[in-house]
Amino acid sequence: MSKRVTIDPVTRIEGHLRVDVEVDAGRVKKAWASGQMWRGVENILVGRDPRDAWAITQRICGVCTTVHAICSVRAVENALQLEIPVNAQYIRNLIVLAHAIHDHIVHFYHLSALDWVDVTSALKADPKKASSLAESLSNWSGNSASEFTKVRDRLSGFVGTGQLGIFTNGYWGHPAMKLPPEVNLIATAHYLQALEIQRYASKIVAVLGSKSPHIQNVAVGGVANALAIDSQSVLTVERLLAVKEWIEKLNDFVKNVYLVDVAVVGGFYPEWTKIGRGIVDYISVPDIPLDGKGTQFALPGGHIAGGDLSTFKEITNFNDTYFRDGVAESVKHSWYEGGKGPLHPYQGETKPEYTDFQDNGKYSWLKSPTFYGKPMQVGPLPRVAAMVAAKHEPTIAYATKALDLVSTVAKTKVGLDALHSTIGRHAARAVSAAVQVDELARQWDLLLANMAKGDLKTFNKPVFPKGEIAGVGFHEAPRGVLSHWVVIDDGKIKNYQCVVPTTWNAAPRNEKDEPGAYEACLLDTPVAVPDQPLEVLRTVHSFDPCLACAVHIVDEENNEVVKVKAA
Amino acid sequence: MDAAKRIVVLGVGNLLLSDEGVGVRVVERLPQAYVVPPEVALLDGGTCGMEMLEDLEDLDVLILVDAVRAHKAPGTPVRLAGDAVPVFFKTKLSPHQVGLSDVLATLELIGKAPKYTAILGIQPVSLETGMALTPEVEARLPELMRMVADELAAQGVALVPRAAAGAGAQAALQAGARTAQAA
Repeated sequence: MSKRVTIDPVTRIEGHLRVDVEVDAGRVKKAWASGQMWRGVENILVGRDPRDAWAITQRICGVCTTVHAICSVRAVENALQLEIPVNAQYIRNLIVLAHAIHDHIVHFYHLSALDWVDVTSALKADPKKASSLAESLSNWSGNSASEFTKVRDRLSGFVGTGQLGIFTNGYWGHPAMKLPPEVNLIATAHYLQALEIQRYASKIVAVLGSKSPHIQNVAVGGVANALAIDSQSVLTVERLLAVKEWIEKLNDFVKNVYLVDVAVVGGFYPEWTKIGRGIVDYISVPDIPLDGKGTQFALPGGHIAGGDLSTFKEITNFNDTYFRDGVAESVKHSWYEGGKGPLHPYQGETKPEYTDFQDNGKYSWLKSPTFYGKPMQVGPLPRVAAMVAAKHEPTIAYATKALDLVSTVAKTKVGLDALHSTIGRHAARAVSAAVQVDELARQWDLLLANMAKGDLKTFNKPVFPKGEIAGVGFHEAPRGVLSHWVVIDDGKIKNYQCVVPTTWNAAPRNEKDEPGAYEACLLDTPVAVPDQPLEVLRTVHSFDPCLACAVHIVDEENNEVVKVKAA
Repeated sequence: MDAAKRIVVLGVGNLLLSDEGVGVRVVERLPQAYVVPPEVALLDGGTCGMEMLEDLEDLDVLILVDAVRAHKAPGTPVRLAGDAVPVFFKTKLSPHQVGLSDVLATLELIGKAPKYTAILGIQPVSLETGMALTPEVEARLPELMRMVADELAAQGVALVPRAAAGAGAQAALQAGARTAQAA
């Protein structure tokens, strides 16, 4: 008999997403992903000044404020074909890279590690054994026996009070938990250390963005930071030297802790390299522009068909027509007025039409985006796959390092194909963070070198023409491709559409009734205990869902988290 | 007044969902209505989470301003303190999903939770998409700001109202600007 399991909300911390799965004989047979709140933000923007759009769109989502700000100014600049000063590009790059590293660290340790790590098991660990294991894998300074003893004692005090606090909702003792106590202790210690480290990424965003948590320095045409070699009131070399120190701390943690931990966890869960494959049509975009026009990028991106890296087709610049012409959104299964078939974002409409949750009809506030008619997966895995396909050397090096370590721990050779999986998405995210932290250091060097040449320009004034123009801005955000599409008429916004990463991944079925990425990746996921569907959460969390981003809030006075009903 | 105290007034909420943004609006307008001493940090938290961790560490006083679902008449100001604070986070009296409860739980975990927390808010009238507060909530904003001032006064920090006429004119200007923007 099949059972229907509803998980709502699925995120431990952010956003609002509902996932329904039908489980039969211990496996997921059908899945539905549904955004539970209307996103009408686009409608707010109509009629406004395009120069204000970034400040409004950065309020769409609590977790991805920065990415919407950056993407919005890119869209308007694209419409104007406005080149920006290279310093502005470097400063934006530093912000988005620091933001991405922050997201990746927090996602792994604080939003999803507890799907794999049993904190209560860490209490049984021998700190000395844990330390010698950790020290055999990395030269991180926080792996001593005394550090681990301290963490275990602190945890023990916490558990002793019966107040698990932030750890309350974990699936402790679940049969799918497989890490030995020592590894659980190592991961818990790193969870706490990651809380310390993540602040350095936040600080970089705050110093360069002039304010935290919402950046203030972005402008259509560049950035509002005044650069100076010596003045106190602006972004000085002194402040930039502090940024450099923080970059080094992030570098140490990402390379010696995060990348290692992900590989070790993967090594203990080798079966999860075969679960959660789902959609392997990937789309990512190039990012970290190196010139004012966006024709050269530090990190490549593009399309991959069927998980086959040899099919890679690169997206090359901000005016790339292959990307611009390929995106469309269907509302056949979404709570919007439809009937026009999939629409290109320039023609996109956002008119709500709510029905009940209909398994074969409309069931989500998310639209269903496609690339040349096909559903896609976006995120770190598509990004890393594209960078490997583009022969980006650092990506290949970090991916190889991670997979070698997985192989050592799992005692079996694990190759690149293992990345197309639930645990592979975590590994790809860590590889991505390692690449990004190198690039962060490089962008810092580029900014300083350019300032040293005497170029302190950060802004080119936009001028809006009479008549209609349109533009797209894209950004390879932490969760994958983000694109903003703007139509401007006589200097005012006529249409604005955001196609966000979680909409790609958590999309409902499309015009041809094909499932979205979550829905496809969940098929065949094992579920040991239907009313504790930890395995389903593992796959959904591996995407770093952020439904605060794709939809906003749900007024839920009913606190039931898991509903189980016979179907 | 203890100058060494660390005090944050944190406005949270989503500015794009009308009354949901009331906390942020209070933090924006407080300096126009009152002279806020430098030891009081005003923080626009929006709907952010972990990015705020450092700003909220080791506080003596945290005053959280938010839209609160208190099952009262729409537009009613609400004050929660003491035992009501953990209940607020457990039962999601805040209508938005903010991650703030997890930030505070994390602060507990690392032993850096605020020594005193109070929640000031207002029962929202509307959470529809839009950048302006509803007129009902807009009208209660001065009262909500006064509650913040009273809360701070109880903690030994005085907020001095700016000249009544000046403040009134400011508020009217602000309200006018919001309405114009939303139109």
